[in-house]
Amino acid sequence: MRNRLPSGGSLIDRSTPVSFTFNGKEMKGHKGDTLASALLANGQTMVGRSFKYHRPRGVMASGAEEPNALVNLGEGARFEPNQRATTTEVFDGLTATSQNHWPSLEFDIGALNNKLPRFFPAGFYYKTFMKPRWAWKHLFEPVIRQSAGLGRAPEEQDVDRYEYFYVYVDVLVVGGGMAGLAAAREAASAGAKTLLLEQTEHLGGRLSVDDALIDGKPSGEWISQTTADLGAMENLTIRTRTMGSGVFDHGYAMGYERLTDHAPDTRGPRHRLWRIRAKRIITATGAIERPLAFAGNDIPGVMLASAARDYASLYGVGVGKRTVVVANNDDAYRTAITLKEAGLEVPAILDARPTADGPLPVQARNLGIRVETGTGIAKVKGYKSVVAVAICDQSGDGAILETIPCDAVAMSGGWSPVVHLWSHCGGKLNWDAENAMFAPDPNRPPTGADGQGFVITAGTESGDLATAPALQNAVDAGRQASREAGFTPVERDAPLVIANDEAPMLPVWSMPEQAPNKLRAKSWLDFQNDVKVSDVALAAQEGYVSVEHTKRYTTLGMATDQGKLSNINGLAVLADSLNAPIPQVGTTTFRPPYTPISLGSIAGEARGTLFKPTRKSPIDAWHDKNHAVWEPVADWRRPYTYRRDGETTQQAVTREINNTRTGVSVLDASTLGKILVKGPDAAKFLDLVYTNMMSTLKPGKCRYGLMCTENGFLFDDGVVARLSEDEFLCHTTSGGSDRVHGWMEEWLQTEWWDLKVYTANVTEQYAQIAIVGPDARKLLEKLGGMDVSSGALPFMSFVEGELAGIKARPFRISFSGELSYEIAVPAAQGQAFWDKVLQAGEEFGIMPYGTEALHVMRAEKGFIMIGDETDGTVIPQDLNLGWAVSKKKEDFIGKRAFERDFLQRADRKQLVGLLTENPQEVLPDGAHAVEDGKNRYGQANMIGHVTSTYFSPTLGHSIAMALIKGGSGRMGEVLEFPLAGGKVIKATVVDPVFYDKEGARQNV
Amino acid sequence: MSNAISILNGASSSDAVKITDSGLRGMITLRGDLDSAQLKSAVSAAVGSDIPAQRKITHGPMGGVAWMSPDELLLLVAYDQADAITAQISEALGAEHHMAVNVSDARAIFRIEGQGAREVLAKGAPIDLSPEAFGIGDFRRTRVGQLAAAFWMTQTDMFELICFRSVGEFMFDWLTNAARDGSLPEYF
Repeated sequence: MRNRLPSGGSLIDRSTPVSFTFNGKEMKGHKGDTLASALLANGQTMVGRSFKYHRPRGVMASGAEEPNALVNLGEGARFEPNQRATTTEVFDGLTATSQNHWPSLEFDIGALNNKLPRFFPAGFYYKTFMKPRWAWKHLFEPVIRQSAGLGRAPEEQDVDRYEYFYVYVDVLVVGGGMAGLAAAREAASAGAKTLLLEQTEHLGGRLSVDDALIDGKPSGEWISQTTADLGAMENLTIRTRTMGSGVFDHGYAMGYERLTDHAPDTRGPRHRLWRIRAKRIITATGAIERPLAFAGNDIPGVMLASAARDYASLYGVGVGKRTVVVANNDDAYRTAITLKEAGLEVPAILDARPTADGPLPVQARNLGIRVETGTGIAKVKGYKSVVAVAICDQSGDGAILETIPCDAVAMSGGWSPVVHLWSHCGGKLNWDAENAMFAPDPNRPPTGADGQGFVITAGTESGDLATAPALQNAVDAGRQASREAGFTPVERDAPLVIANDEAPMLPVWSMPEQAPNKLRAKSWLDFQNDVKVSDVALAAQEGYVSVEHTKRYTTLGMATDQGKLSNINGLAVLADSLNAPIPQVGTTTFRPPYTPISLGSIAGEARGTLFKPTRKSPIDAWHDKNHAVWEPVADWRRPYTYRRDGETTQQAVTREINNTRTGVSVLDASTLGKILVKGPDAAKFLDLVYTNMMSTLKPGKCRYGLMCTENGFLFDDGVVARLSEDEFLCHTTSGGSDRVHGWMEEWLQTEWWDLKVYTANVTEQYAQIAIVGPDARKLLEKLGGMDVSSGALPFMSFVEGELAGIKARPFRISFSGELSYEIAVPAAQGQAFWDKVLQAGEEFGIMPYGTEALHVMRAEKGFIMIGDETDGTVIPQDLNLGWAVSKKKEDFIGKRAFERDFLQRADRKQLVGLLTENPQEVLPDGAHAVEDGKNRYGQANMIGHVTSTYFSPTLGHSIAMALIKGGSGRMGEVLEFPLAGGKVIKATVVDPVFYDKEGARQNV
Repeated sequence: MSNAISILNGASSSDAVKITDSGLRGMITLRGDLDSAQLKSAVSAAVGSDIPAQRKITHGPMGGVAWMSPDELLLLVAYDQADAITAQISEALGAEHHMAVNVSDARAIFRIEGQGAREVLAKGAPIDLSPEAFGIGDFRRTRVGQLAAAFWMTQTDMFELICFRSVGEFMFDWLTNAARDGSLPEYF
């Protein structure tokens, strides 16, 4: 660890070494290191390549704002790209590889792009790939795809687990630095239930690095004292390694907890997404230092001044032996002082301001550091690492005054409050000209349902960059939040802070001020996406005036760091190029999450078997054991068929149909929706929701009914049974039960609230088992317990009693055209009843059948299926179901719509049957029928399409149903169905009832 | 009714928090005017308990009553008594407009017990499950993960949860997953 300093490093534990690899090379670090600090300690200055020009890139920052140090982390099932080395805690066995280069980090062919920057100007994509047109698909896109993206996509399934956690608090504090700690203490002391989130492992934030005396205590002592105080409060919880990553409407915030990233072999979830409701949210997210835009500011070894200070102070790492500091403010002098005191050389501080005489510059001079005012960097020399800086007059055009050899540059262009969370939900910003930054406007906060602001900023984020006012601001924020959450803040003395005064900064957007294009073309704004000062200037020159458009045109701020370092510099350059004031140009939008969060955390536990709930019938396990081929039906799974040894699926379906038509079969129809409707006005209500008359139904009888929307379109059907004078049981489609129940409740609650009707969805109360076929009655008689003769239980009626000793309600209804009973039994006894049916049916050759046999048999009978014959534009009359649309009823849902001329047109698509010319040939589902001529778009004249199509084993013929324009008037016509590949199938239009039109088989 | 079986036939899993299929429970949906004296006395006669306030559950010697909506209660009784009690309520209410229906078989019911039980639920239910906000006597219809559910506390660190029977297996798997060792947030 050649760059590890002999002392210092408050966060590392020098007694615990850690081994990790970078690009396969074994390296050592200490417990407490981040991957970035460990890499720097090992002298690994270059950590990746930039996106467009493949330029060598080094660590730029020490926290979440890092644009450059992105690595592939982990291997195999724990591989993840684009992980920030600065926020990755190093652990024993960590493996990281650098990104965006080939064949290696040291030698990268893609760096050729760097030699050709004039071919990659701003808006290069829009300018380059326009012509010829064919080239996009065959040349440009494949090449771009090859080079797009930084990291590799993972190839294996993630082995880790993720979850959500919902909490409600009075006050949420985001950020565990000085301000967050102080604000949380105020809020919690007042009695508010408070949750504090800190993204790193440690509390204290910048105060851990920068000295101040607070209430008589040095920074470190104040942090530990305050942390201890907070830890003792029952109503306050602190979660470290948890980033407050988003703020949403109504006090909703998202926390992203990283539990095992630093210890992958620990059990438990890797990430936990906290979904937090807070009465007030305090954002104490601090500020981020800005880079300066000078030529070569992207060369590895150039980094933020605060980062250079952090690495020395927190991790005991010297980022260079000789570090030149370049700045426009006093704060950066702290870096020079820290480095000097750590025994490192600081050949010069270059200060763009004309004078620098505050306490910090004085202290630096007293340490013997050379300070050059009115000076900047003309350019940094070096490629893969810094060799020297050429210095110049800041006000000039870059004429070199002197070259100073060095191996690192610490730069500071001032600080920008982290306004992201404040802005996520609409908090507005003010331009602070003195500090050249946007800061939250407390008078325009994001507002909740009551119109009151629900986010309060605290500390430097509020725009108070100096320690004393920042702390006071945080205390005030904590008090305000607790008061607004309904608590009374505790009276106490204002905090007393002693810290160095700082002289004002000087806005510097380009260094030197008059830098020619040659320098500007090497002055980076966005390090990750390779956007330079010259690119933004070019965009302005080409007519871009909106910052949002410029962002997209140049890709400024569009990388994974979302422009945390580049935004302000970029828009300042744009404003400068446009000759407009910065606040007028404005900022781009800040959107959650603050930094990228894992996709796993968003998915939560919903993966594998927990991906999506599957509804299962009470007999599901039996089906599964008996070789069901599953089919999804809405959220249910249902057996499509039961395949026996040696059978194809088609053969199984045919066997099931033949058995049903000739003997007896059994179907699990439990998924059928069942809605109980009860009350003195139940009959009146059903007359309104069904198109046909239900009030005339006699108790004990069943009637098929249709439901339409207000626009007359058919959306559900089923058999209604009248249980008693005031009670009906409405069967719905399997997928429609929740929708129909909701539909009924909506009408009852919003329109017909005067009707005395209650409904209940009792779908799952019953297992419903259909016993179907000529031998069905014999089987029921054998089960025993009730009279099931045609006299006692005629077609379209039901009785209640017991079958095989189980409480049962058989309905004599048929969806197959056969003698059929659908028997409802309590769901918990569904399996028992099924077993008894199979046992008793053995002598009749009983077998179960699945949904495909059901479909074929209903099609043979011309029965429609919601979703096959309907598609949301079909009315009952189109399906020859006009008989089920009452002409007598005064009103029902859909009645008025049927009067519309469009729904009365004779040439609407109407349901017909089709018999193919070749009886063995089955039409594809959805095949279109065409007529001669072309439509107005020059396409084939389509007149309708196939809605259901099967081979009918009963008829030995392919059958189909179709919706055909004016179909009812086309009986006997031969239609043509052209298929892909030029083949045409011909079929004759026939009545859609193919089998037993008189209904003789079911009515026995 | 020896051949009646609950969704997982009493299965249980024991990790950080224990999850058990509670078996069959009688459940009756009762819709009506919750302010009606007749309804109050019918409920009292059936389970020996008062009508619960909004989002509450009360318990009597014969069972529990949970508040489901402004015009709906859920009665929790012995499974084999559900039909009889349903009929008894309907008889007691007579001509007063109401609906009483046995929904025992439409549901699955689970017990979630152990320190951290409320955290298991808070991984999936978007409600305030802190001890200050949710205690014995509280009842909530909400969702757990992707599933509609309702739950209440029977005693400290013990919840009962109901959901539809068709998704009972999924719910059990969900709860078991959320109750894995080492996965509790240890927040409450």
